[in-house]
Amino acid sequence: MLTILFDGIAYGMLLFVLACGLAVTLGLMNFVNLAHGAFAMAGGYVTAVLMNRSGVPFLATLPLAFIVPAILGLVLERTLYKQLYTRSHLDQVLFSIGLVFMAVAAVDYSFGSQQQLIQLPTWLQGRIDVLGVQIGLYRSFIIVICGALVVALQLILTRTRFGSRLRAAVDDPRVARGLGINVSLIFATTFAFGSGLAGLGGALGAEILGLDPTFPLKFMIYFLIVVTVGGTTTITGPFLASLLLGIADVAGKYYVPSVGAFVIYTLMIVVLVLRPQGLFERAR
Amino acid sequence: MAIALETKGLVKRFGGLQATDNVSFQLQQGARHALIGPNGAGKTTFINLLTGVIKPTAGQILLEGQDITGLRPELRVQRGLARTFQINQLFPAMTPLETIGLAVSERTGGGRDWWRVTGSKRDIIDDIVDIAQRFRLTDVLDERTSNLPYGKQRLLEIAVAFACRPRVLLLDEPAAGVPEAERHELLATVAALPRDVSVLLIEHDMDLVFSFADRISVLVNGALFTEGTVEEVSTDPRVRAVYLGESVDE
Amino acid sequence: MSTNIADHVRTSLVRKGRWGIGEILFWLIAAATLFLLPERHLILNEIAIIGLFALSLDLILGYAGIVSLGHAAFFGLGAYAAGILAKHGFADPLLGLLIAAIAAAILGFVTSFLVLRGSDLTKLMVTLGVALVLGEIANQASWLTGGADGLQGVSMGPVVGLFEFDIFGTTAYAYSLVVTFLLFIVARRIVVSPYGLSLRSIRDNPLRARAVGIPVNRRLVAVYTLSAAYAGVAGALLAQTTQFVSLDVLAFHRSADVMLVLVIGGVGYLYGGLIGAIIFKVLQDVISAWTPQYWQFWIGLILVIIVLAGRERLTERVRTLWKGVAGRTAKSPEPLPKTSVREI
Repeated sequence: MLTILFDGIAYGMLLFVLACGLAVTLGLMNFVNLAHGAFAMAGGYVTAVLMNRSGVPFLATLPLAFIVPAILGLVLERTLYKQLYTRSHLDQVLFSIGLVFMAVAAVDYSFGSQQQLIQLPTWLQGRIDVLGVQIGLYRSFIIVICGALVVALQLILTRTRFGSRLRAAVDDPRVARGLGINVSLIFATTFAFGSGLAGLGGALGAEILGLDPTFPLKFMIYFLIVVTVGGTTTITGPFLASLLLGIADVAGKYYVPSVGAFVIYTLMIVVLVLRPQGLFERAR
Repeated sequence: MAIALETKGLVKRFGGLQATDNVSFQLQQGARHALIGPNGAGKTTFINLLTGVIKPTAGQILLEGQDITGLRPELRVQRGLARTFQINQLFPAMTPLETIGLAVSERTGGGRDWWRVTGSKRDIIDDIVDIAQRFRLTDVLDERTSNLPYGKQRLLEIAVAFACRPRVLLLDEPAAGVPEAERHELLATVAALPRDVSVLLIEHDMDLVFSFADRISVLVNGALFTEGTVEEVSTDPRVRAVYLGESVDE
Repeated sequence: MSTNIADHVRTSLVRKGRWGIGEILFWLIAAATLFLLPERHLILNEIAIIGLFALSLDLILGYAGIVSLGHAAFFGLGAYAAGILAKHGFADPLLGLLIAAIAAAILGFVTSFLVLRGSDLTKLMVTLGVALVLGEIANQASWLTGGADGLQGVSMGPVVGLFEFDIFGTTAYAYSLVVTFLLFIVARRIVVSPYGLSLRSIRDNPLRARAVGIPVNRRLVAVYTLSAAYAGVAGALLAQTTQFVSLDVLAFHRSADVMLVLVIGGVGYLYGGLIGAIIFKVLQDVISAWTPQYWQFWIGLILVIIVLAGRERLTERVRTLWKGVAGRTAKSPEPLPKTSVREI
């Protein structure tokens, strides 16, 4: 029971790191980016390829799993995404689906369609027994890393100059522009950072979520659930939504394997219908 | 004289803000009634309450004696209460012909008709022609609405509302933004609206109010401040202080 | 003067209901392929089905402005309904189509109340969610649907008791083409009716549509239900003509593909879905022959390019081109002389 809760939390944390970039792009730019998962996949493949082909140790690959997708995100944002901010949601959806299809096929072409397995370092393998609860070492590792990231993100958003500018831009880009804030620069930075986090999440999650070319499509719905249920004005909303989703998914798959996914999708629809602004959003 | 539209103790609160404050108002049958008031007096809220876009916190709205307070907007239109918008609300991708045809066929219950081709009924055609002529739109009937000059769009804005054959017509600043050259045409059509339609005009432009209306109500801070004939209101010193003084400041 | 305008108004309104020469040609050519391209009937059958599916999406997207990422829900439901029916001995194809249409319409009607609330994003999510839930149900209820193995043992009776399905797909194509054509005629009729006009007005400006007295939600529920039924029929055609149903009919890529098909052909003039289906299938054929596995990449690239190049502008151009070819009717209305009207 507690083990499931623990696994659920680890899973939820992972989802948060994967999806929080999407929450920000959606909230900040009102851009429906269905291709967010592609950046996560990029991070996962960076780690998998470096480890399996070049023998780089797991931990050393993680910074690169952040940096490569971040650069990718930055380039795409500056060249393509930024042209679409003012377009209809339909255009944005079509465009990002197109990107996903391209990413899926390109990865399939380059690395094959099989699952990418990564060999965790031995000190992260196995489980220990704490007060009668089975705790997976790797999952603890994920919780620690992701927990640290959450705290860091919260601090950046609330304490730094960049954070306050970002929040101003989310609230009202026009006013923010009027105040002399370089909104376009903030867009680009945030997009890159969000893509990087997704990449990091993809690398950390390769072991738990699995990693193959269909990753962006498979997990797209999870990211979207996190964002729509959690709302986009804070990061606590998506964080709570991620934890909820993580725990519900793990518990659902454990206790009622036959209806697990069904329950989650249904819950999402119910939440969307009852609270279109998101579950944790203040009503406007 | 019979009352076309009436509100009894109408209240609308947004949080702590009292946007409409106990307004009891009567629009006589066939009236040319103007509602004026300084910016932020609650004119738009009042219109939205009348048309059913928002629901009142308290009070009643009666259309020809029948309670319509809980009725959805489209049902109020079907009962004979139509409005125009201060900022054009048209169908940019449709032609004026289609726009008027739409309103006419909706009124005659044709909107549920999914098999007949639009315009295959004689009386609908006649109605469209009548409205197109009345609002001087015959020469632009097949243009895309988004390509029309602003004055024509403004005329179409009123034509659509009129095509619903309302018994009460709410005109929300009909002349707003119309360039001087096209203004005469617009005012002439407004003045020529048939007398069996009761008109409530919401307006900033005092020239238009004085030339058009026979009664004036003044709304201040959401409450009905005073009401009377054009003569009475225009000479009322309190109105001058509250309203006209303000408009000089603008 | 007044009668002159009345005539103009009538011709101008009724003109839209009349068939253009290009349109008639389009369907004549389609019919001719039955005899001229016998060895291509299998792929032509697919084109007809995808065309009908895209047409159903055009009804909600092009005419009512409802975005959907889960239109495959109705397609899949129709396919399973027809497949399961046939598997259990009700082999008459037309009965299958009818039941599939009804089943999809019911699902469309019920879910429309969820879909029609909220913003574009909410709509996308809810439609996507509905399709996912359905996919999950089909996956789990393997006793009924065959689950991941697909629905085996679908065998169809002859169409209207006369035409047996053959391995060359000739009956299949003729059957799909006729059904698509008949449903197209109905759709074409609907979009030029006052009801169709009211849908376009809702798409353009729901606020004003309501102010004209249009019950916006009821109209949207109706068109969503209709569109679902159309998609259900398309799914049923696929199930009947291929005599097999797999989970693939409910997959996300179906919903995405149909959107792409419609976008390629252009949104909002009914032929977009059909033309898009032709281009899509021919492209797929060509690219698959070249790089069978990675054709998705090129599809993605096409999507990206279409959007970046300005989808609406492209559509507008295609539509004008189409009007130029198809719009020529026997009697075009005379342009009205610009004269001053009587003073009122």
